[in-house]
Amino acid sequence: MIGPSSSHTAGAARLGYVARTILGKEPVKAVIQLSGSFAQTYRGHGTDKALIAGILGFPPDDVRIRDSFDHAAQAGLDCQFVCENIPNAHPNTARITLTSADRETVTVQGASVGGGNILVDELNGMAVHVTGQNNTLVVLHQDKPGAIAAVTNFMAYSGVNIGSFRLARPQKGGTAVMTIEVDGEISNLLIETLSILPNIIHVVLIRAV
Amino acid sequence: MLTYQTIQELCQAAEAAGSTISQVILAGQAQQLGLEEREVYDRMAQRLQVMKESVQTGLDPALRSASGLSGGDAAKLLAYARTGGICGSFVSEAIARAVATSECNAAMGKIVAAPTAGSCGILPGAVLSVLEAGQCSEEQAVMALFTAGGIGAVISNRATLAGAEGGCQAECGAAAAMAAAALAELRGGSPAQSAHACAIALKNQLGLVCDPVAGLVEVPCIKRNAAGVMIALAAAEMALAGVESKIPADECVSAMYEVGCSMPASLRETALGGLAATPTGRRLKQEIFGPSDS
Repeated sequence: MIGPSSSHTAGAARLGYVARTILGKEPVKAVIQLSGSFAQTYRGHGTDKALIAGILGFPPDDVRIRDSFDHAAQAGLDCQFVCENIPNAHPNTARITLTSADRETVTVQGASVGGGNILVDELNGMAVHVTGQNNTLVVLHQDKPGAIAAVTNFMAYSGVNIGSFRLARPQKGGTAVMTIEVDGEISNLLIETLSILPNIIHVVLIRAV
Repeated sequence: MLTYQTIQELCQAAEAAGSTISQVILAGQAQQLGLEEREVYDRMAQRLQVMKESVQTGLDPALRSASGLSGGDAAKLLAYARTGGICGSFVSEAIARAVATSECNAAMGKIVAAPTAGSCGILPGAVLSVLEAGQCSEEQAVMALFTAGGIGAVISNRATLAGAEGGCQAECGAAAAMAAAALAELRGGSPAQSAHACAIALKNQLGLVCDPVAGLVEVPCIKRNAAGVMIALAAAEMALAGVESKIPADECVSAMYEVGCSMPASLRETALGGLAATPTGRRLKQEIFGPSDS
């Protein structure tokens, strides 16, 4: 990794990377809220540089982290930082809102929990659980009967084993989200197939990072 | 299947297999990742290589961090180590390597987090020094990193590795514990001796706060890496001599977490207390970031 801090630099780069992956396209605007220790020490630790580097798609051992703001300017990415505490959040928490050129937007909240490890626990206000340690599918869907069964059945047919499964549903009948950690690889074909199933809104694969 | 929940579990698994902690960790990782052991080993060998490169980068006398607060001390230390120093060149060089790695990190160079970036000098300071002194083979040095990794994984699962959660004892404390266990195995110690080395190292950094001046990973982090490698060496020497920790390693890990939880936020990587809050600490912050920064 690139220094100086595993939690405030490498972990931050991973958080940015996961946010970008969930957006699934080139962001043009990033608004990043920093909480706790992140808010107090982000400049000294290069947390801001690392978050932007991750949002640009750079891995934690990419030396371009050092001048990620220049790379962001070149890529036409507008970055804003806000220091505002998030109550009850882990001390190293960032809430990242990304917007694409076609005005699609995602808000991802996650923490850097030490040694470069992360835990993304909120997506658009819904509870998720992405650690980046295993390949993880995040599936946004309509809260309708059979949506989960359809997804897990197709995964079973493809020989993909599920390591953990979490479901969050803020409202009955509204948008819900599955977080599915899997063993091994997932093919693009499977992701495309899952995406066109009834009641499925969006499928993202977050590879172990 | 290893769950990395206790150090006792690692020791029992190694003793039952009649092997070492490192071999048990390597086999467990290969199984978990679905890879051949050779491939997992090669990845670790690359990390050892990065560690060597970080030391080389950090030994450049002209190296400076962006803040200008650090850089160049490792080169001074290595030159001094060549004179023999007080403890002999082995110890002085270990300190030089630990500081070199940490100075490389402060300059946003490439390092191996071990277990974190702020504490990245301790494990290479220990393992590379044994390797450079010809006391082990390259392969043994790579394997020692698996032992260190296994200990780090337990500490991460049972406590924390984040200074923001547990203070410096969670970073430099964990690093010294990992290095001590690795050193004990490198020098022919049993799995139980590695566990004692780990416990002794952790005990000696219990309560250490995280108080980085200006929020930078420089003052006092870099010098704490020098002290961390010394604690790792002392702990390994004790364990190899047959000295046992009265408090088992797993209980030391739990104690470290409890101590961390009872630390005020000002001493957990917020740069609001300890050395960061001293008149000089505050002045340095103003000089680097300007008076407007709160």
